[in-house]
Amino acid sequence: MSKYYLNYLDELESEAIYVLREVWVQFQNPVILFSGGKDSIVVTHLARKAFYPSKIPFPLLHVDTGHNFPETIKFRNDLTKELGLELLVGSVQKSIDQGRVTEEKGKHATRNALQITTLLDTIEENKIDCAIGGGRRDEEKARAKERFFSHRDEFGQWDPKNQRPELWNIFNGKYFEGEHFRAFPISNWTEMDVWNYIKKEQIEIPSLYYAHERKVVWRSNSWIPHSEFLVLGEKEEVLIKKIRFRTLGDITITGGIESDADTLEKIVDEVAAMRNTERGNRSDDKRSETAMEDRKRQGYF
Amino acid sequence: MQIDNNQLLRFTTAGSVDDGKSTLIGRLLYDSKSIFEDQLRAIENTSRRRGHDGIDLALFTDGLRDEREQGITIDVAYRYFTTPKRKFIIADTPGHIQYTRNMVTGASTANAAIILVDARHGVIEQTKRHAFIASLLQIPHIIVCVNKMDLVDFNEEVYSKVIKEFEEFSSKFMIKDIRFIPLSALLGDNVVNRSKNMEWYQEAPLLHTLETLHISSDINKIDARFPVQTVLRPQREGFIDYRGYAGRVSSGVFRTGDEVSVIPSGLTSKIKTIDTFDGELEEAYAPMSVSITLDDDIDISRGDMIVRSKNLPETSQDIEVMLCWLNRTPAKPKAKYTIMHTSNEQKAIIKEIIYKIDINTLKSKSDGTTLCMNDICKVKIRTTKPLMFDSYRENRTTGSIILIDDATNETAAAGMIV
Repeated sequence: MSKYYLNYLDELESEAIYVLREVWVQFQNPVILFSGGKDSIVVTHLARKAFYPSKIPFPLLHVDTGHNFPETIKFRNDLTKELGLELLVGSVQKSIDQGRVTEEKGKHATRNALQITTLLDTIEENKIDCAIGGGRRDEEKARAKERFFSHRDEFGQWDPKNQRPELWNIFNGKYFEGEHFRAFPISNWTEMDVWNYIKKEQIEIPSLYYAHERKVVWRSNSWIPHSEFLVLGEKEEVLIKKIRFRTLGDITITGGIESDADTLEKIVDEVAAMRNTERGNRSDDKRSETAMEDRKRQGYF
Repeated sequence: MQIDNNQLLRFTTAGSVDDGKSTLIGRLLYDSKSIFEDQLRAIENTSRRRGHDGIDLALFTDGLRDEREQGITIDVAYRYFTTPKRKFIIADTPGHIQYTRNMVTGASTANAAIILVDARHGVIEQTKRHAFIASLLQIPHIIVCVNKMDLVDFNEEVYSKVIKEFEEFSSKFMIKDIRFIPLSALLGDNVVNRSKNMEWYQEAPLLHTLETLHISSDINKIDARFPVQTVLRPQREGFIDYRGYAGRVSSGVFRTGDEVSVIPSGLTSKIKTIDTFDGELEEAYAPMSVSITLDDDIDISRGDMIVRSKNLPETSQDIEVMLCWLNRTPAKPKAKYTIMHTSNEQKAIIKEIIYKIDINTLKSKSDGTTLCMNDICKVKIRTTKPLMFDSYRENRTTGSIILIDDATNETAAAGMIV
């Protein structure tokens, strides 16, 4: 006797596939925002499933801060080639060179906020009407209020107090010229769900997620990778540690944790036992209590 | 946690600042160990800064800047937690009358509703409103939490009185399953752990109740409905003639070989294959996302519905709907709206307001000629082409609609087909 209900992970997968198909029919020119991080990799994997046996009907869009992990870039290039997808790249360096944004200065300088301008410019240049992201509601308090289909005005801004109500599974993707949408197919997934899914589906992810030895600096309670972009403080020293990353962002702000988890099984076990949130190692979120909301309002991912 | 058989339960909580809703959610998250240390530290700091004793569990549900400043929930916030038995999604909604639309939104996808009653005050207008919305949206399970039992000396009589009051006023509602739990969110009695102060209560605490609610029958398993989202035509080697209808099963079960009808055209065929990326399936049931191919080449596109030939939905251009107005701009008389119903989209006009419901007294009134934000009313709607639908009571997916204001593109109303 077969059962007629889905387990929660299959239900989440089915929901995400449904959302991706809605994006495809409701928009003219959607893209997948691809950072090389696990969430955007999972979204890409889900898109593969949603349109099989057709290939993924969206290009990938990468906002390149110039401060990348080399591993991420290689992974991105290999994946787009394997799936036969078009890759769009928005370059923060180009935005700086063109005088669209000004680089932050000092030891804590990052290009995190600068990405907003580059992203919005790339969306406008390519006439993108929907950018699909791997954002999850469990990540951060401002994201807890996100819709699956999230409207952005002509300035690319999010107005959290004036969002369209989203009922049942009916998504309203209507917009006027110049506006666009962000779509979040894995809104209802948690970090644990993402890892369980990666393990279940045996999805390939960048080596950075697995424990490895690396030159690092202890800063803001996490191990920041040493790189050509890192400005060392007076008392900071470069050490070699066995670490892995729980999230991937800019190489300058993504902190690693000490870990021996070098297989998916070990990572899942480790995540299950974690007592801190994954974004706890992201200095971009630590700037204020509402750092994420403030960036999201302006047009951040 | 075992993935194989663990289900997903979505529940909604409605409540105001005072009845302890945020504290209850905080308690559930905290006692089920779903709160991370860095979140806890942040909350401890904020509690200290605001001069609270100890940690204020309610702060876990604080969201946007405005909400933090005003100390209230404005929008629906989603929270997640997992136990060894289930994954839970909480749609946390504000409870005040001016946020009826948010409660409706949160309720639309819920399997269960938690309705909070302050033991000291018993059933009040707000309780009735929340129960009404839960029944209107046909939430299959309702759990009435009689909170703040610590403030009434854990007295069984107080609890029994609430049950009696609740049973009386709710007897006219359509509620399938209702339970009552006496608890103290502040102290944790009967939330995750059984209360030592209320030996007279022999049933399960809240979390155990949530973990064991029978939800696999919540989705209609009888009427097979498959709204077509899009057509997959790969045009690549090995799949040159492939024509798959992609969608998510709304209800019922489809099997290969089933005789199906495509509506509105009425053309019939048989299911050839049910495909997924992971391989062909013998059968598909709600809420699975699949791609269906048919024996015959018939013209099918988005907005059409594949159904079992022996069990057809209703078809009509005139529908009666319980409508909740969601937008600040009131309904314009005789104005056209875009109606979205499953994957189908067309124009519609509100022909008549049959009656409005006074959300405070829950009585109908017929004086309504306008529809304003948060109004709930029964209306007649006419669409440009026939809709294929079931009543909302039988099918939450094929019985629900939204109206979109073409002037603003905003979602103006949500409706349940009667």
